Amino acid sequence: MAADSKLTKLQRPQAKLQKSSLFRQSLRKLMHNKLAVSGFGVVVFMFVLCFIGPFFSPYTDNKINMAMMNKAPNLTHWLGTDALGRDILTRVMQAGRISLTVGLASMVLSVLLGALLGAIAGYYRGLADQIIMRVADLLMTIPGLPLLFIFGALLSEWKIPTDYRMYIVMLMLSIVNWPGLARMVRGQMLSLREREFMQAAVVLGLRDRRKLFGHLLPNIVPLLIVMATLNIGGAILSESVLSFFGLGVMPPTPTWGNMIDAANNMIDFQDHPWLWIPPGLSIFATVIAINIFGDGLRDVLDPKQKR
Amino acid sequence: MKEIMKIDGLSTVFFTDEGKVRAVDDISFRVREGETVCIVGESGCGKSVTAMSIMGLVEEPGGKVSGGSIDFLGEDLLRLDKNSLRAIRGHEIAMIFQEPMSSLNPVIKIGEQIMEPLIVHQKMKKKAARQRAVELISQVGISRAEQIADSYPHELSGGMLQRIMIAIAISCSPKLLIADEPTTALDVTIQAQILDMLREFKESSGMSMMLITHDLGVVAEMADYVIVMYSGKIVEEGEVVQLFQNPKHPYTRGLLKSKPVMGQRQDELYSIPGQVPNPLELASSCYFHDRCEHCMPVCRTRHPGLKEVGGGQKAACWLYEEAEVHV
Amino acid sequence: MSTYLTKRLLYMLVILFAASLLIFCLYALTPGDFITGNIKLTAERKAELREIYGLNKPVLERYGLWMKDAFHGNFGYSLAQQKPVLQLFSDYIWNSFLLAAVSTFLTWVIAVIVGVISAYKQYSWFDTLVMVAIFAAMSLPSFFIGLFLIKILAVDLKWLPPGGMITTGSNATGLAYLKEVVRHMTLPVVVMVLLGLGSLTRYFRSNMIDVLQQDYIRTARAKGLKERKVLFTHALRNALLPAITLVGFELPALFGGSLIIEQIFNWPGIGQLYMKSFGLRDYPLLMGFTMFIAILTVIGTLLSDILYRVADPRVRL
Repeated sequence: MAADSKLTKLQRPQAKLQKSSLFRQSLRKLMHNKLAVSGFGVVVFMFVLCFIGPFFSPYTDNKINMAMMNKAPNLTHWLGTDALGRDILTRVMQAGRISLTVGLASMVLSVLLGALLGAIAGYYRGLADQIIMRVADLLMTIPGLPLLFIFGALLSEWKIPTDYRMYIVMLMLSIVNWPGLARMVRGQMLSLREREFMQAAVVLGLRDRRKLFGHLLPNIVPLLIVMATLNIGGAILSESVLSFFGLGVMPPTPTWGNMIDAANNMIDFQDHPWLWIPPGLSIFATVIAINIFGDGLRDVLDPKQKR
Repeated sequence: MKEIMKIDGLSTVFFTDEGKVRAVDDISFRVREGETVCIVGESGCGKSVTAMSIMGLVEEPGGKVSGGSIDFLGEDLLRLDKNSLRAIRGHEIAMIFQEPMSSLNPVIKIGEQIMEPLIVHQKMKKKAARQRAVELISQVGISRAEQIADSYPHELSGGMLQRIMIAIAISCSPKLLIADEPTTALDVTIQAQILDMLREFKESSGMSMMLITHDLGVVAEMADYVIVMYSGKIVEEGEVVQLFQNPKHPYTRGLLKSKPVMGQRQDELYSIPGQVPNPLELASSCYFHDRCEHCMPVCRTRHPGLKEVGGGQKAACWLYEEAEVHV
Repeated sequence: MSTYLTKRLLYMLVILFAASLLIFCLYALTPGDFITGNIKLTAERKAELREIYGLNKPVLERYGLWMKDAFHGNFGYSLAQQKPVLQLFSDYIWNSFLLAAVSTFLTWVIAVIVGVISAYKQYSWFDTLVMVAIFAAMSLPSFFIGLFLIKILAVDLKWLPPGGMITTGSNATGLAYLKEVVRHMTLPVVVMVLLGLGSLTRYFRSNMIDVLQQDYIRTARAKGLKERKVLFTHALRNALLPAITLVGFELPALFGGSLIIEQIFNWPGIGQLYMKSFGLRDYPLLMGFTMFIAILTVIGTLLSDILYRVADPRVRL
């Protein structure tokens, strides 16, 4: 409403707001959003649970215990045991370490890749733009899941040691994810270039690097933070799909995805639901918390992009 | 002359992240039959919010009318149920907005947008409404009316769109027309045409008009009665000629002084020092005190009430209260 | 319009050409093939079969042959199924389409209604509930929710069949057949709607919130129109307009099947066919499928663009 915009215009010169930094101002707004704060709380809880929790578990050695095979949840094993007598709760926490790490690392990789390539394309335009964006178009044309499946199959055929598969899965997810990010960053760069303050920077005769790193990139940082947050959730989901179909991280390295693989076995699926429901719920809880937190961040950092 | 609308003690508040804002604070005025009342003031002084409050378009939870009454032909608009209020909107009270470019729906044909109030309020059939819409388009001075009725808003210029808005507003022959800065977004040459058209319709139909503007030129041209608003309050009101000749409130004087006058070149145009106060931090002082050249101790502590200052003019200023006390 | 279209079409062809090359190389790179993986065959027979299928030729030559055939409308011959790929597609695609069309339709209807209401009642408890549900839907691991619902609704409660399109061994016809298919598709449709609902509802909600703040909505109210009319004629039309671009993006999903859902629910669609062939390394079919989706994606993008330009009176070609 017109009246509303007039009111906000009036509030701008307020001294109180000018004193606090942009960061503190955003933080204060974020703290007001109860949903986002609780999302952040759950994310922190999941990280603490997975990275610190196993230290309090007596079953971290994953010793095979034939006497305790496929036990339903009970007092000693809160979430039951699997076919080898291993404690499910401990496995879920250990798997969480891998899943969360893969999610985080592949996010960092795709954001770095996407931001860098997108910024180069948007800033220099011309040939660099053509090459980068055509590659991005190409990758976006080929469906993501089959692409990931092919990569996964390649890994299996090449007999990559299971310890390294985790790192390659991170790389795979980034390769599939960067084009979307690059496109968004490029769009932002193109529109920022035309803005008054950039024209001022040109008039002042600033060097390219100074313009790019001093003036343009800081302006897309809020967008990047939001995209990065939401990207973690997506990466965790993709990893779980791959691992579920046996094409991602492979046992004995546990991840939430390959733990749900137990459901592919008819007997385990019907009679031992504690094998595959806890990891599934962990994925769900983590991703929903990340998404809610990311959305809260978006409201604060990048209100125009709300979509 | 008969009163058609009497506003008494109207207050409207908005709720922002930073707190509650009194956009309109306890204002009272009336509009008589066939009269043009101009509400003048800077952006954010509450003039648009006053109009929205009358139309019942202040939306919760963003804001709400918190008190007072709006008596329109014997009925209090603030106490009407939704349906009765809707029957008055666009029918007996119509409104024109500031931005003609964005005030018409971009995906609906012009003709249909004019037909809507006819169908709702006059219970016209589609065919008759269409015919009336075409008549209205030519009535507001647009040729090729048939063709215009079938076009979309983006195909017309700002001036033409504002004419269409006028056509929509007068379609049901309202008793009161509220025009919120109707010419601000238009070219100067078009402005005069639009104002002329409004005045003609007013005179031929005998409707009353409430014209909201920040342009004193428009006020001088159109107004019978002028209300000056500042920070949600009325600071001065009176008949147009008297108010222009003998402004009482320092703010009104400042406004009139800052307007360039033909034939009188000044080295520097006058401007009122300072800024409109933050609506969140209004204290119990006169809101204008820190910009006023006659500021007195009492101005910092208490808000002056609106008082008769002679000649039917009213002003809210301690200058005149003091005078009364001295007399 | 025509120069714009020509440009777009040319670019489309270039991208598809590059995609075909990439797809072919990726599959050609993957070690092991249908013949190597088959333990029933002797070494000589394997060599013989390789000769027949041209697998011993250099990669580029094989690509050339593949493309030549593709231009003649021949997308290769499935080694595992011993049928032309295109015929297999036409056998399976309608099952996929049935599932996708029904769930897409339901998703859109629900998303529009819920999105409009929650935008209209922004910040109400209903809206908050919708927002949480949206996030939940967007955070569901598709295979897990599928398994979870099968376990509860099909295995434990036995309300619905756990998978397939018809009951094994059933030879029902007519109405009975229809009823059987509907029962079988209920669960996969529910899961697909759940998965799609989140982002679409959110999209409509935020579009609607944007539109409701526009000046022309205020004008419509000032005219004294009924709130329903303001909402569904004035606001919804504007909020739906940008959604037209989404129609094109749905194209691959409509015809390309869903790998995960069809696999989990054992639905005889093109996605499940892909998953089955993937295990067997049936490359002609895998390549054909991937290329098919790529073509659908490119056409869909073009369609979106054209539709938007047609639908929005403000955009001129």
